[in-house]
Amino acid sequence: MRLPSLSNIFRLGLKELKSLWADKTLLVLICWAFSGAIYTAATGVSQELHNAPIAIVDEDQSPLSRRVVDAFYPPYFRPPQRIRLDEVDAGMDAGRYNFTLVIPAHFQHDVQAGRVPDLQLNIDATIMSQAFIGAGYINAITQGEVAEYLTGTRDGGITPIRLTTRVRFNPNLNGLWFGGVMEVINNVTMLTIILVGAAFIREREHGTIEHLLVMPLTPFEIMMAKIWANGLVVLLGVTFALTMVVEHVLKVPIAGSLLLFLACAACYLFAAASIGIFLGTLARSMPQLGLLIILCILPLLMLSGGISPRESMPAVVQHIMLAAPTTFFVRLAQGILYRGAGFEVIWQDLLWMTLIGAVFFSLALVRFRRAVTQTQV
Amino acid sequence: MDSLPVARLAGVSHVYGRVAALADIDIHLPAGSMVGLIGPDGVGKSTLLALIAGARKIQRGKVMVLGGDMGDRHFRATVQPRIAYMPQGLGKNLYPTLSVFENVDFFGRLFGQNPQERQARITNLLASTGLTPFRDRPAAKLSGGMKQKLGLCCALIHDPDLLILDEPTTGVDPLSRRQFWALIDRIRARRPGMSVLVATAYMEEAEQFDWLVAMDSGRVIGSGTPAGLLAQTGETTLDAAFIGLLPADKRGQHQTLHMPPRVADGATFAIEADALSQRFGDFTAVDRVSFQIERGEIFGFLGSNGCGKTTTMKMLTGLLPPTEGQARLFGKPVDARYLDTRKQVGYMSQSFSLYGELSVLANLDLHARLFHLPDKRRHSRIAELMQRFGLADYADQAAASLPLGIRQRLSLAVAVVHEPRLLILDEPTSGVDPVARDQFWALLAELSRGQGVTIFISTHFMNEAERCDRISLMHAGKVLASDTPAALCAARGAATLEAAFISYLEEATGVAGTPAAPPEEVAPTAPATPVTPVAIPAFSVRRLLGYAYRETLELRRDPIRLSFALIGSILLMFVLGFGISLDVEGLRFAALDRDNTPESRAYIQNIAGSRYFIEQTPILDDAGLDSRLKSGELALAVDIPAGFGRDLRRGHWPEIGLWVDGAMPYRGETVRGFAEGMHRQYVQQLIQLSTGQTSPLPVNIVSRYRYNQDVKSIYAMVPAVIPILLVFIPAILMALGVVREKELGSIINLYVTPVTRLEFLLGKQLPYVMVALISFVLLVIQSQLVFHVPIKGSLLALGLGAVLYVIATTGIGLLISTFTRTQIAALFGTAILTILPTVSFSGLSTPVGALEGASYWIGQLFPASYFLIISRGAFTKALSFGDLVPQLVMLACFIPVLTVVAVLLLKKQDK
Repeated sequence: MRLPSLSNIFRLGLKELKSLWADKTLLVLICWAFSGAIYTAATGVSQELHNAPIAIVDEDQSPLSRRVVDAFYPPYFRPPQRIRLDEVDAGMDAGRYNFTLVIPAHFQHDVQAGRVPDLQLNIDATIMSQAFIGAGYINAITQGEVAEYLTGTRDGGITPIRLTTRVRFNPNLNGLWFGGVMEVINNVTMLTIILVGAAFIREREHGTIEHLLVMPLTPFEIMMAKIWANGLVVLLGVTFALTMVVEHVLKVPIAGSLLLFLACAACYLFAAASIGIFLGTLARSMPQLGLLIILCILPLLMLSGGISPRESMPAVVQHIMLAAPTTFFVRLAQGILYRGAGFEVIWQDLLWMTLIGAVFFSLALVRFRRAVTQTQV
Repeated sequence: MDSLPVARLAGVSHVYGRVAALADIDIHLPAGSMVGLIGPDGVGKSTLLALIAGARKIQRGKVMVLGGDMGDRHFRATVQPRIAYMPQGLGKNLYPTLSVFENVDFFGRLFGQNPQERQARITNLLASTGLTPFRDRPAAKLSGGMKQKLGLCCALIHDPDLLILDEPTTGVDPLSRRQFWALIDRIRARRPGMSVLVATAYMEEAEQFDWLVAMDSGRVIGSGTPAGLLAQTGETTLDAAFIGLLPADKRGQHQTLHMPPRVADGATFAIEADALSQRFGDFTAVDRVSFQIERGEIFGFLGSNGCGKTTTMKMLTGLLPPTEGQARLFGKPVDARYLDTRKQVGYMSQSFSLYGELSVLANLDLHARLFHLPDKRRHSRIAELMQRFGLADYADQAAASLPLGIRQRLSLAVAVVHEPRLLILDEPTSGVDPVARDQFWALLAELSRGQGVTIFISTHFMNEAERCDRISLMHAGKVLASDTPAALCAARGAATLEAAFISYLEEATGVAGTPAAPPEEVAPTAPATPVTPVAIPAFSVRRLLGYAYRETLELRRDPIRLSFALIGSILLMFVLGFGISLDVEGLRFAALDRDNTPESRAYIQNIAGSRYFIEQTPILDDAGLDSRLKSGELALAVDIPAGFGRDLRRGHWPEIGLWVDGAMPYRGETVRGFAEGMHRQYVQQLIQLSTGQTSPLPVNIVSRYRYNQDVKSIYAMVPAVIPILLVFIPAILMALGVVREKELGSIINLYVTPVTRLEFLLGKQLPYVMVALISFVLLVIQSQLVFHVPIKGSLLALGLGAVLYVIATTGIGLLISTFTRTQIAALFGTAILTILPTVSFSGLSTPVGALEGASYWIGQLFPASYFLIISRGAFTKALSFGDLVPQLVMLACFIPVLTVVAVLLLKKQDK
């Protein structure tokens, strides 16, 4: 054995870049993934309350009840539908309204008499993302309207303890901030695994990788070349996405050091690319690789904390996901990009992530030669 | 010869993109005889045959076959049962995982034969081709010769009047080849009216045919009887006659190759193989192969496809460690780790192994650099090779765009860029025309004789083998004999190398086992008169079920697709069920208590007591508050000022600070909501304690969380995930199922058999609908046993909805498959096209009521919207069957629409 040759790794990597350049479909996919896809994901689907369909049964028809009805308007709510009490169930069943508010008769009268009337609020709890938040908004809006009607101020009356809530890192709880950056992270995972896995299978199918193995090259060199070349492309994409799309177009501030993040991303690319090659050694053809990738990427994306918080997942899932480098990457990325965490905060995550990447790399290295010669048998 | 031609082509042209495959062909092919199309690869033979078979759409000109116009759809439908077509490539239209019997049986079904008839015909066909002992062996595990015989069985199942064979014997060993032609002769003897149309690259074979058509560059350059062609050109062999027929500019550079004799230098060996064996499982690919190759020798391996030539070469290069035995290169054992040995070896694999997207120059440069040629040496070496191999004119062209012959020369140039002492060439000339082949051999001769390079080459061309110094005859993993070609012929007393090889093969296989020779053992089953063409039913359930049956068998034998179909949905249900949890629980919070009085501790205790928050060790100072929020440890921090207790007692309105981690907005929003809610509650208690007043608020809002009282996200997720999984996975599998046939070539059976597009699509859809329903049942069981989400409403509506829904979603897969060409495009295309509308526009995350414009209409035109309502209705909303009828009706409406559109988009012919 001899030490790996840096010049071989460099040459093979250049070849990898040229091949990628020739594959226009993949290039389009990469460009889209780091520009349009980020923008759409950030501005598109959001978990905040937006245009929620609400219906109101107004059995009072008083100035106060009309005032409450008029208090619901876009962007949080669609203009309320006025319906009869017997239409409530059918509308909720068919999912036409997510919220129905029933204002009873003598509502204004009771309020003025200080009798604290009951308003019934029906919430479609199958729409999880909006149920809680929407109910909170409806509560606050209704109470505020009534209080303003009675006292002229919205918080009505006195309170023995005042409360100041400050939201750190994203003061307006703007979903765009979260969605945009997380989409960058998700696309890094997806693209790296697809690019490297597909490059490996493509070379296997064309027999060129076999040819490399007959030359004075080692599997280690061939793998490293694929990793640095494809990793570099993704890293450039990430830099573009974060500086141009996220910071410039979406106007999302990045709290921490971009350089630190990119260094961590480079380590993560190594880990993700190793997973890609590993999957490439398991699959025997491009379609098989595609199915494997789908089965692997979805859990990586959904369970690593990039979509919903880890602590609300079952403990078993949380533990299993500690074997995935993505979990650590998502955590440290959130730390750096949102909270401005420095190296001293994230170094452990970085270490674990790289170690796990090394494990996948070794597994792929062990399988490499066998996988290549298996192809044509 | 019959006066009426079996096929008549007039002014036929065909282009692929910008490449012309056929240019203005006018030709009459005589009926009732054996007609051969000769010429190298890529001259348009296959295109011509495909047009005659009706497999390709006619672009220009007129093709008349069996007295009718193949451009007419109705005529094609009636004539197709009279034509049999075996495409190029070993077993191209066969199904590799199906057994011999199942393959033939499937074709019988496509021609609408009933079970008894099929059984009788298959028994006879297998007996006459000698495949009876291999009845249950998967087609993939047959040798090349057996595959072709099986292909013939499939072609003959319906007694065709016109049999079209596209290179049926390429890559098959000479004995099987002879048996194959003997078989054809017997069939013709039995059915004298049958016309046979064959394309071949072997000139020796063509000499036996009745009529020949020579082709080059999409044109006919000569036609007539073999004797006539020889007479016309004044040559003695067809090979030479063909070269004679070529246009002058192509012929010009050609001169008959003369291989200079080798001066043996004696003792030293370049390669020594000692009892090399390679086993894959219970299959022995190479069985104790031994040979020694002297330095400077050209040593040939002659044998059919799959006889172990490639595997032996891989063992010599170190790619494949031998199971037993040893190989030595230049006296050193072959070991993958000895990089130095590799510098002395050049290798050219069957697939040429070039980077198609790189230019000629870049390919050479890359390999030169990887062998660490010093800069100066590299430039001169590349220039020298470009000149010597005639590549200079192509320097900047991408390797993939080169003609086959040039690509082959480039591949050789790449293999010798580092001036190796040994060249290992695995079938370097397959598919290349005779002129280019001779040029290639001239290069080899120069390398061997001029530079003393040892060459180890494998081939299935006899005339190439004759040029080697010594050859080994290989069959079924064994070396039958090894010597100079002349000595091998002498040993067997054979006139040609081919005859000698056949003699060795007969000895090795024991001719008794092959039924080729005695024709009388074949029972004459087929009626001597052509079957009268019966009216073909426009729709046949038997043909439809034939496809369904075959698809089921294939799916069952593909472990990756099958497990994706069944386990995939279960696995993803776990992932999504747990992953998109919107329950916000177990939030970590800590307090910075600057006051530390009973009042402040009571306030903290109020938060710590809730199920949403878990208290962490207290925060000590401002820096701690900052860093612990930054690390993401805390979702909420409570800051209680000094003097809080005192101020509260005195009614001075003390102020509490809440710090919420807003990095994840949804979670932040929820945390803020919870914390402020608990604050209000706490304050109310205080007021109640001090004033006795029940509520400080003017109205009381009673919230009823309907359908999901606990507001557990699992109850919301499970009914929503089922529609996602039942569109995503069935649609992908369905699309793959059809596109796979396009990619592997078996789609040709749709083109050339009477099966209609509707039968094809529905037949293929049926098994995937069944698989999807199985996974639906598994998902429902999983939702009950694992997630404990009860079905409160109508199970019947859910079940019926699922049936309609998976028919619609597999229909979407069919639709996508009609316009995708590769499996990978079908895979990712389907994934994107199904997931996006399901997740975003069907009411899953955003309620349908909140959608506007295009998003709204996409949702309305997508079946998931309706099944989502059914699924939620049946699981959580406790709706009855009657409540869900409108959605069921809408789902049912998708089915005919999707099917009709897919049928219209699917082509019954290739372009």
